[in-house]
Amino acid sequence: MPSSKATSRTIHVSALTRVEGEGALHLAVEAGKVVDLRFEIFEPPRFFEALLRGRHAAEAPDIAARICGICPVAYQMSAAHAFERLFHVQIDPAVRALRRLFYCGEWMESHALHIHMLAAPDFLGCESIVTLAEKERPAVERGLRLKQVGNAIIALLGGRSVHPVGACIGGFTRVPRPAELAALRERLARAHDDAVACVRWVAGFDLPDRHLDIEFVALRHPSEYPMNEGRVVSSKGIDCAQEEFDDCFEEHQVPHSNALHAKVKGRGPYFLGPLARMNLNFDRLGPEVAALARATGISFPSANPYTSIIVRALELVYAVAEAMRIIDAYEPPPAPSAPFRPRAGIGRAITEAPRGMLYQMYETDERGIIRSARIVPPTSQNQAQMEADLRDLAPGLLRRSQAEATRLCETAIRNYDPCISCATHFLKLDIVER
Amino acid sequence: MKPRVAVFKFASCDGCQLQFLNAEDELLVLTQEVDLVSFPEARSRELRGPYDISFVEGSITTPQDARRIIKVRADSRALITIGACATAGGIQALRNWASIEDYKRIVYPSPEFISTLSTSTPISEHVRVDFEIWGCPIDKRQLLAVIRSLLSGARPALPTHSVCMECKRSGAVCVAVAQGEPCLGPVTRAGCGAICPNVHRGCYGCFGPSDDPNMPSFAALLRQHGLSRDEAVRRLRGINGYVRPLRDTSDAIEQGDE
Repeated sequence: MPSSKATSRTIHVSALTRVEGEGALHLAVEAGKVVDLRFEIFEPPRFFEALLRGRHAAEAPDIAARICGICPVAYQMSAAHAFERLFHVQIDPAVRALRRLFYCGEWMESHALHIHMLAAPDFLGCESIVTLAEKERPAVERGLRLKQVGNAIIALLGGRSVHPVGACIGGFTRVPRPAELAALRERLARAHDDAVACVRWVAGFDLPDRHLDIEFVALRHPSEYPMNEGRVVSSKGIDCAQEEFDDCFEEHQVPHSNALHAKVKGRGPYFLGPLARMNLNFDRLGPEVAALARATGISFPSANPYTSIIVRALELVYAVAEAMRIIDAYEPPPAPSAPFRPRAGIGRAITEAPRGMLYQMYETDERGIIRSARIVPPTSQNQAQMEADLRDLAPGLLRRSQAEATRLCETAIRNYDPCISCATHFLKLDIVER
Repeated sequence: MKPRVAVFKFASCDGCQLQFLNAEDELLVLTQEVDLVSFPEARSRELRGPYDISFVEGSITTPQDARRIIKVRADSRALITIGACATAGGIQALRNWASIEDYKRIVYPSPEFISTLSTSTPISEHVRVDFEIWGCPIDKRQLLAVIRSLLSGARPALPTHSVCMECKRSGAVCVAVAQGEPCLGPVTRAGCGAICPNVHRGCYGCFGPSDDPNMPSFAALLRQHGLSRDEAVRRLRGINGYVRPLRDTSDAIEQGDE
């Protein structure tokens, strides 16, 4: 970026850390006004949509999972649902419940990781979980326990927690015996106390008070808090079927990023993730979590992105309680998975990854060979909103020191829990004052 | 002084470095024993080299990364690759059989903005590697075992025999025999705990090839299981498809000289 010493100040700050992926922020300011802002994603492209071509539908859940090591379950679930819709596969209710349990595990694992290891250090003046553990050891240990239980759920259903192997089109390759779930149930009872304590802990953080004009987008299900199913709704009136995603949203490429940007057609950026889900589905939380949410003092819907960390903790409580409910009602299905017969056509599905809606579309031939694939991860959808958020933040940064400006930007970006591997981890902040 | 440990990321999903954080019980102990001087996913502080141990995740897919890995090597006493991407090129090495220009056009409306190499290659094709931990993702216990060895000054060692041995010991029923599944267990390195057969499916080779696999015999076995040529090629061209014995075999099947 052009700058001359006489008229400009360049602030160069090191990498964006404690996110998943590589990125940078460029900011140009003229007379106190932001004239250019670019949030760059450098994550090297891996071309999943291209390499999926020519593969069989049955391979897609395992391949798509490799997009993200933090939320592989989400990739497997959106892929499986897309093909099930295409091949008209009926899922047994008990299998459906197990998938929800699988997702509860991933929300727990991902949210516990994000709250304790990535975001909390920001609000407690720590540089990482290592220094946080010196200050707040019991809270960190509690977070690690929560994460462990989430991982245990995924591993029980899928063999391991990162890139589990048990999910397939039609269900699972093996379903657990009730006795295996009973052992998990005991750990979940303790996790419930831990999750409630976690809500109280994060609710005590001194969070910035910034309210933005944001369009929140999430799934909405007739009776459940959304995970695997539901219509796409927004805080500004969108209400469409999952199949109509492309009618309501569009992706476009910007020169400065390896991740495509997304926006609401004819409007602008939108915000996905826990805060969007809770704002749009508060009435689906159930009395316990709703009461806990009210007790935090936040009024929902909340337009303050910093409340995301509290919402994640509330979703932890929800996921733990929901997991216990599913286990208590569990009766093994007649078969672990429903068989499928491939056919030519297009299948689409959206599920709620921990960091927001994940859309996948596949077109197959009559043998089930993939002809084209489209994967729209939550982080790439949030990217434009992250830029809008930073643009709003920018004027206040100029009077700050280099270190302080970076910290403020990083904290703001971490509200979105960006998984840049998905969309595509380093933020280099350049502020140029002209 | 505590050993200085760094974690570097190249083209990858972050799943292997996540295994450090997934070592929940051991993580806080580990941070007492080593100085994690650079681990961007987990901490803001990033200190310069030299490093006693560098863990490298991801494959080389861009000109910048091809330069960066040389610097990482120069800064590191021991360089350990973690996972299928760093060790074998990863699933993204499927591009090595395709045209990168086609790939760019398929994914991006303006392919000219994208700077990438035509191949995805393992770290060992670029610099000397001291030890490789296989797996997609790596196994947490294997990671901790390697760290233990390095801290005590021993050479790391992990099993190189096949998943079949591990599978038998776990008491799982052979899915190739009982279900007719085209299981990659006979030619795949142990270390995962034979998780696929234990959830009643065939191994898909995410730990890479075992030591000295009998590939011609295995290729014949795949075809006996009724896999078409295309299916057999796809079966071998997976997560670790670009690594030598698997690559040679899938190429041979494709060309019809099995």
